[in-house]
Formats: sequence, C-alpha cells, structure tokens
Amino acid sequence: MHSWKKGLWLFGVNFYISMFTFGGGYIVIPMIRKIFVQQKQLFTEAELLEMAAIAQSSPGAIAVNLSVLAGRRTFGIAGAWISAFGAVLPSFLILALISSCYDAFRTQPLINACLKGMEAGVAALIVQLVADMSAAIFRQKQKLPHVILPVTFLCAFVLEIPAMTLLLFWCCVSLGISVIQHGKGSRV
Amino acid sequence: MSLILDLFLTFLKIGLFSIGGGYATLPLIQQQAVVVHPWLTLQEFTDIITLSQMTPGPLAVNTSTFVGMRLAGMAGAAAATGGCVLCGIVISLALQHFFRRNQNQRAVLQLLETLKSASVGLIAASAATIIMIALFGVSSWKQTLHFNPSAFLLFLLALISIQKWKLGPMPILILSALAGCFFYL
Repeated sequence: MHSWKKGLWLFGVNFYISMFTFGGGYIVIPMIRKIFVQQKQLFTEAELLEMAAIAQSSPGAIAVNLSVLAGRRTFGIAGAWISAFGAVLPSFLILALISSCYDAFRTQPLINACLKGMEAGVAALIVQLVADMSAAIFRQKQKLPHVILPVTFLCAFVLEIPAMTLLLFWCCVSLGISVIQHGKGSRV
Repeated sequence: MSLILDLFLTFLKIGLFSIGGGYATLPLIQQQAVVVHPWLTLQEFTDIITLSQMTPGPLAVNTSTFVGMRLAGMAGAAAATGGCVLCGIVISLALQHFFRRNQNQRAVLQLLETLKSASVGLIAASAATIIMIALFGVSSWKQTLHFNPSAFLLFLLALISIQKWKLGPMPILILSALAGCFFYL
C-alpha cells in the first residue's frame, strides 16, 4: 500500500471507530480487534492484549491511547499521530456542534431510546471481550496472572478501589517478586 | 490568549492525572473546571456528563471540547482537547517503546504480564458496572437495584448474536440502537 493511502486508511478507521465509542472507552478494544487483528491481520491477539494493558496503565482516555498504540504498530510514529487525530476528531466535532443546541438534543426521546438500547449491546460486547481475554490469560503457564485477574476484578468492582491504586499495587508486587527471584537465580 | 493557554494547561493536568479512564476522572475535572476555575456551574457540569453519555467519545475529551468551546470558541476547544489527550499519547508511546526495548529482561516481561492480567481484571469490573447500568439502572451494587426485563432480553439477544452469528461490534451497536427504539419509544 502507498504510504499516503495507509495513512488515510488509518485516519478513516479511527474516525469510524471513534464515532461508535458509546458507553466508555473499552468498546474500542473489540473494534480494534475486529479490524486490525481479525480482518487485516496487522498484529496478533497477544499484542492487542499488551496494547490494552499499556493504554490502561497510561494516563488519559483509554480509547485514544489504544488507537495511538495500534497506529504506531501499523504505521510508525506518523501512524500514531494520524490515529490520535482520527480518534479525537468525531467527538470534537459533535461536541462543538452540540454545545450550542444542547437543550433540544437532550430532550429528544428518539435519541434516548437508541442510547438505552445501545447500553445493552455494549454490555454484551464487553462481556464477550472479557470472556475471550480471560481465557487467554488463564491459558498461560504462569500462576501469578491467574490470581491477579480475579483479585483485581473483586477489588475494583466490589470494594470500588480506584484503578490507579490497583495498577500501582501490582507494579510493586511484580517488581518485588522479580527482586526475590533475581536473588535466588544469581546463586544457581 | 492567556485564557487559551490556561485551558490547555489545565486540561493537560487533568489528562495527566486521570489514570484508569472513564468515571474515575470526574471528580478531578469537577475540581478543576468548577472549583479552581470559574468556568462551569455545577449544573452545567452535570449536563456535560449527560451529554457525554449521549455522544460518542471519551468523557474527558467531550468535557474539554465543551468547556473550551464555551469559553473561547474553536481555538479554546482545540487547546483544551489537545491538552487533555497529549500526556496519554506521549506516555503510552513511551511505555510501548520501553517494553519493546526491554523485551528480554525478565523483570520487565513479568511487569507487562502483571499489568496485562490486572488490565483484564479492570475491564471485567467495568463490564460488571456497565451491566449494572444497563440492566439495573444503577452504577454500584450498593444502590437499590431495579431490574429491567426488556434490557435483559436485549442483552441476551446481543450476546447470542455475537456468539452464534459472529456479528461484529458495529452491527451489534446499530441493531441494539434500533431495538432500543422498538422497546422504549
């Protein structure tokens, strides 16, 4: 593919994905998976999981971060910035437009009904995503990830501990284990 | 000009400190845009949240565009939105670079594996919250639940279409929006 064509494709795909980002940024993961992994085979499922983890561990909007990482992987640094622009533009244009006629928009029963329906669709898509991703984690030989996943879920959902606290905690645990293992390994 | 710079810097700060995304960032935005700067009233802030739920895109991006537009037109909206996403873009690119560079280091590899499973755990928690909102109308299990049978039916139909007929995310969203019109209008 010509490089300008690839850039244009990347911009279009991110613009398109972003237009459908209802119900939180996570919905972007199955969309990137469908287009980049399953249709175009630009990277693997394992790489997607890695990107999702990085996007989530970085500050800012997960949807934008993930688009940028996928863009970087497909088309270098230029791809990253093209993706960022494509991912931000739809919500930017829509919000800029709506901020002037907000009241008329808010009271539209048709829009409300569509959104209420979409909530259930988003829930189903995310449930499927979690099922597939968890299966990938539990297939690994390492035991630690098998513990981290459910514990993180319970801490975040039941105890409502902030994501940042949990991520920092697991970083410390992981580094601590590495230090201990390294101490052991050096003697062997 | 100073207002535009102020918008950029404030949303840069909001972007930098909002790890975990979504509703975790709300108190921070409220603090900065309602309390520290007299940019929005509390009512306007609540309105933006409703608006964000009705329009595509990340909440923080939507809020920054709305606030920037209100205060300083297109230039303000661009400054606020750019500031909001910049830190995330740069830091995630740097992290990706770091992990690629140190692929062979055991400690780094282990850290990435740890973050991966924690990330799936967080997505699972968010899925649970989304289910609560869609089927019970509340965002926390601590609140009173109001079970919505038609939403449950829609949820099951969507799940079956994904599993059996392998429908992609876009068709599912469009079909569930249409079904929403049918059920709720």
